[in-house]
Amino acid sequence: MFSFILRRIAVVIPTFIGVTLLAFALIHMIPGDPILVMMGERQIDPEFYRAAMQRLGLDQPLYVQYGHYVLNVLQGNFGQSIVTQEPVLSEFLKLFPATVELSLCAMMFACAIGLPAGMLAATRRGTVIDHVTMGGALTGYSMPIFWWGLILIMLFSVHLGWTPVSGRIALEYDINPVTGFMLIDTLISGEEGAFKSALHHLVLPAVVLGTIPMAVIARMTRSAMLEVLREDYIRTARAKGLGRTRIVIVHALRNALMPVVTVIGLQVGTLLAGAVLTETIFSWPGIGKWLIDSISRRDYPVVQGGILLIATLVISVNLLVDILYGVINPRIRHAR
Amino acid sequence: MSLLDIRNLNVSFGSTAQPFHAVSGLDLTVNRGEIVGIVGESGSGKSVTMLAMMGLVDAPGRVTADALQFNGQDLLGMKAAQKRKIIGKDIAMIFQDALTSLNPAYTVGFQLMETLKLHTPLRGAALRRRALELLEQVEIPDAKSRLEAYPHQLSGGMSQRVMIAMAIACEPKLLIADEPTTALDVTVQAQIMELLVNLQKQNEMALILITHDLAVVAEVAQRMVVMYAGEVVESSATDALFATPRHPYTQALLASIPEHSKGARRLSTLAGVVPGQYDRPQGCLLSPRCPYVTDTCRSTKPALLPLMGTSVRCLTPLDSSGIPTHE
Ligand SMILES: Nc1ncnc2c1ncn2[C@@H]1O[C@H](COP(=O)(O)OP(=O)(O)O)[C@@H](O)[C@H]1O
Ligand code: SF4
Ligand SMILES: [Mg+2]
Repeated sequence: MFSFILRRIAVVIPTFIGVTLLAFALIHMIPGDPILVMMGERQIDPEFYRAAMQRLGLDQPLYVQYGHYVLNVLQGNFGQSIVTQEPVLSEFLKLFPATVELSLCAMMFACAIGLPAGMLAATRRGTVIDHVTMGGALTGYSMPIFWWGLILIMLFSVHLGWTPVSGRIALEYDINPVTGFMLIDTLISGEEGAFKSALHHLVLPAVVLGTIPMAVIARMTRSAMLEVLREDYIRTARAKGLGRTRIVIVHALRNALMPVVTVIGLQVGTLLAGAVLTETIFSWPGIGKWLIDSISRRDYPVVQGGILLIATLVISVNLLVDILYGVINPRIRHAR
Repeated sequence: MSLLDIRNLNVSFGSTAQPFHAVSGLDLTVNRGEIVGIVGESGSGKSVTMLAMMGLVDAPGRVTADALQFNGQDLLGMKAAQKRKIIGKDIAMIFQDALTSLNPAYTVGFQLMETLKLHTPLRGAALRRRALELLEQVEIPDAKSRLEAYPHQLSGGMSQRVMIAMAIACEPKLLIADEPTTALDVTVQAQIMELLVNLQKQNEMALILITHDLAVVAEVAQRMVVMYAGEVVESSATDALFATPRHPYTQALLASIPEHSKGARRLSTLAGVVPGQYDRPQGCLLSPRCPYVTDTCRSTKPALLPLMGTSVRCLTPLDSSGIPTHE
């Protein structure tokens, strides 16, 4: 098992190097002079200009710059925001829990609906239930996030008034960020109504963000289940006298889950891309909104560092999925 | 009273307008402690017959029968939940491809104990002890560590032993072995057959041995049923069948034994294959391939009729010198 994990980690190292190259190149792809663009001014004191060049290391040859950059990154130094003067990493870490909370809830929603829907469609193959479920999944998959978000806001927030339109919690609450997860922090704070308020704020964005993964999971679960239900060992399970429910849950689902888990893992990239939009629609103070704001503020070190951090995140999650895959599937774990 | 009594079993697939009769008008009785061989080329309907009897043929497949009695109980009118108490306990089945018949996600122990938990009150240490005992009974070396093994860590022969252990776990009255050795090496084949026959004697269970290779069952089965294109074409005691095959198809099967043992898939003695859904002939189903075919055979469907202690479905059954009996 240990060597299996080591081998998986070795595989992602080249990917990671590629990502650092890309993030590094970003600052050089800005059209025009990076300093001038960042300062957004034309008349700059030459002395100040030289100092800025030096501070950012832009007067060095490219390979030296890259070397410095990688060294910095390895030490956890992802640059500094030119707007707030704060280190990119600490800004990221401050906002990251909000995105994780939103994404986790979106994923939970996606799995809670997608897995049973896919199983139901597979076991009722060819029936009305199957067609309705898969039709719904296709609709969900093709839903543009921005439009879907606005529709839900109009219905639930504006028309029905059930949920708030933006933010993580009502302004009247001042919650101490212990874990960074609002749902947990509100519980810790013990403030009456705080948890409910946080939940109300979370529901719509989580549903919007989870819709596409839900559709993907439902479709994947269905096709994986159909495949597995044809296997010889399902016939064996039936010949043992096992009931239908046990066969589906214990014998089929476990095997069908392997491709589904992979798909769930691969959805993390989609999820983060979706988070950028969702956070913008719902003014959710996470890294997606942070990244968009930084772009409009031309805070390039933040954009550069943010992209690198997000890429690292996606790589790590994919790695985790790979390892998890080996845990459920003994054949992969034991492969030499 | 016999242990298993199947009368006029019909299984069809496809649309009701154009059904494909995978099994038609099949009668079969098996007595307690008896070994019955069911032979026929692949596609003859051997597996479907057994799956239908166990209630494992799903819609849109259709199963009908005049009688389906096991151990004095009527399987036909029985509710599915009731039937599941018999299936896997009193009637067990093993299959051709043991490697794919075990669930790759669970250990041997899990799958073995699952059967025991379902049909017996055994739990905890006693359950584990019984599982171990079963693995030892099917002569798996180092049984204790095999309990924790996953199917992909086993060889084909070893997986089939595990399947057998699972099948005999609740000491069934009837074991159905569907081509249990077809996927295995020749040396392993003999070991598995020996194991099956020994277990059959020890447990006094009835054994239905399904195969497309007559040689496999020749020495062990008391009775043989020969199937062709979903029908029984001959049924008789094993020694009588070998001494005087009455049906041209049986004769061809016997003549092909040497090649079969070498692993041949097709019958060299009979050109062509078992007709499928769209090429079933009128009249006798064997007529396109039969060396003794007459014009009558092509238009008249022969019935399964008794003949000197056996049953034969042929208009001109063979006599003791292997020649058709034209009147
Ligand atoms: N689920 C099914 N749907 C349609 N046709 C089937 C199905 N199962 C078996 N058949 C057909 O029934 C015939 C008999 O199959 P089978 O019993 O497996 O033959 P055997 O076991 O003698 O090799 C074959 O023509 C096969 O294609
Ligand atoms: S009825 Fe005719 S075709 Fe059929 S097996 Fe007998 S001799 Fe051959
Ligand atoms: Mg078969």
